[in-house]
Amino acid sequence: MALNTSQSRAADAWAEPGAASTGAPSGRRTLRRRPGRPGKPDNRVTRYLVLVLLIGAAVLMLAPLVWAFSTSLRTPAQSFTLPPMWLPTDFAWENYRQVFEVSRFANYVTNNVVVSVAIVLGQLATASLAGYAFARLRFPGRGVLFGLVLATIMVPIQVTIVPIFILISEIGWADSLVALIVPAWPTAFGTFLLRQYFKTIPHELAEAAAIDGAGEWQIFFRVYLPLAKPGLAVVAILAFNFHWNEFFRPLIFLSSPEKFTLPLGLVNLQGYMGTGSISVVLAGIVISLLPVLALFIIAQRFVVEGLMRGGLKG
Amino acid sequence: MTPDLAPAPRSPLTRAFAADSLHGVRRRRAALGYLFLLPSLGGIAVFVAIPIVASLVLSLFRWNMIRPPEFIGLDNYTRLIGDARLLTTFVNTAVFVVLAVALQLSLALFLALGLQRRMPNWLRTLLRASYVFPLLTSAASISIVLSYMFSESFGIVNYYLGLLGIEPIAWLNSSRWALVAVALAFVWHQLGFTFLILLGGVANLPQDVLDAADLDGARGWTRLRRVIVPLMSPSLLVASVIGFISAMQVFDQPFVMTQGGPGDSSRTVVMAIYDAAFRNLDLGYGAAISVVLFAVIMLLTAVQFRLSNRWVHYQ
Repeated sequence: MALNTSQSRAADAWAEPGAASTGAPSGRRTLRRRPGRPGKPDNRVTRYLVLVLLIGAAVLMLAPLVWAFSTSLRTPAQSFTLPPMWLPTDFAWENYRQVFEVSRFANYVTNNVVVSVAIVLGQLATASLAGYAFARLRFPGRGVLFGLVLATIMVPIQVTIVPIFILISEIGWADSLVALIVPAWPTAFGTFLLRQYFKTIPHELAEAAAIDGAGEWQIFFRVYLPLAKPGLAVVAILAFNFHWNEFFRPLIFLSSPEKFTLPLGLVNLQGYMGTGSISVVLAGIVISLLPVLALFIIAQRFVVEGLMRGGLKG
Repeated sequence: MTPDLAPAPRSPLTRAFAADSLHGVRRRRAALGYLFLLPSLGGIAVFVAIPIVASLVLSLFRWNMIRPPEFIGLDNYTRLIGDARLLTTFVNTAVFVVLAVALQLSLALFLALGLQRRMPNWLRTLLRASYVFPLLTSAASISIVLSYMFSESFGIVNYYLGLLGIEPIAWLNSSRWALVAVALAFVWHQLGFTFLILLGGVANLPQDVLDAADLDGARGWTRLRRVIVPLMSPSLLVASVIGFISAMQVFDQPFVMTQGGPGDSSRTVVMAIYDAAFRNLDLGYGAAISVVLFAVIMLLTAVQFRLSNRWVHYQ
């Protein structure tokens, strides 16, 4: 009975692509993590309904981005057309040029690149050193210090932002990109993740290198860092994405428009444009999405695999 | 995989290395350990640990960075209790958190379970990617897009609701709907995160228990409530705790979409911290609010874990 239903399902239109042609019957089903219901055929109506809802949800999640892109190509006069047009019909590429002209958009982009890249490099440096120390070196207080680092993961930014603001003003970093970069370097999450990575690397490799005359620094640099590349990539990607999109700290630390980062500059531009041509603002937003899109395409697998491997060893 | 997993006799050289590390090398390695930790721990001390303590201390002072700080004891806290405007932000944040977490958990659970149904693999990949993508975008920038879409007369949200026969809603300009619009924007942005956590939970559902439940005739709603939810309770707890903590700290969406308005109807606690500390330069008061927010988050997180004994089942 059970075998029967699963065979009829394998021939179903929604079976895995190729399942019907290879003629792989019931065995395939047990590989899927899908609960079977022996004796009762699937309710076709429910199944299609769920599928429609799933696709509907995906459409809703992508709709703002598609709408933003299509509207960013409209001429100012037509930017508010209803019913909304989902496919670009106009191609007013001059909006993309205009956003550079009506605002300091080139500054925003440059600043955002500088800040995000500098934060990524700094985080990689501090977190890999600390992660290596926690994973490989023995010294008194190691456990306690590691516990303290982990505890700081839970501290929300609002609790520390007022004192950091004061500190930054006192040392003269107010209204500068350094104020965004340096405080973001120490990363508890990155330290934790890289420690997990270094722990998975066999100890024998370090011993072999030591016998060959390598010092601790060389072992770290030549043996451990190259082997932890996927972990470094995860830390870099997550840090880049977070700080590329960051709004709260730039809003507080920066005051001159030429220092603004992208999200801050765009929000400022939107307020400044009022109800004028939203297409220009949307063009700016679309540009700001491009690195994220690239990252998503290139790095999706990397991040998932990296996080999974990083979590393997405690 | 590694050739020397077996307890093979070690070479004299290895033994010499091991013996060596017991003495002088050990101290050198310890010093090296601290050296390696210095950039990271120094930074955490300066930019996280000391500021936490500093916030506590600062909350006992009146300071606007121009005149010297003045110690006022608990005055900031007594003022905070009587601050009706601030109370509104706490109530707003509470309503927002409940709305956002409930929506996120139920939608993400539906999506995660739904994706387990039979469908072509390319479609599954595509759907998963669509749910996760908003997470990677800037909450502030996308809030601009969403505020256009929620606009009363020319927004496309009202246009489509109109097709369903629903009167236009002043999403961002009515005290009744502003917070809801902000919550929808937040859920749109964060749903992918909750979804990923629950997807992990769904992937680890024990097949034998599900099969047994099937044999017992558990279907539909009963199956979800009595079988799936208990089995997934550990990942539901993680998703709800993290979702709760991040919703308590919402700022970008209300700041960009409504500026907290109309009136104070969508003003959140973090906006109150921002206004107090960075707009009015009342740094001590801002610090006091942030200390209270932190305490509330810690307390309610502890309560969530405590209550979880009742509904979370570990296999």
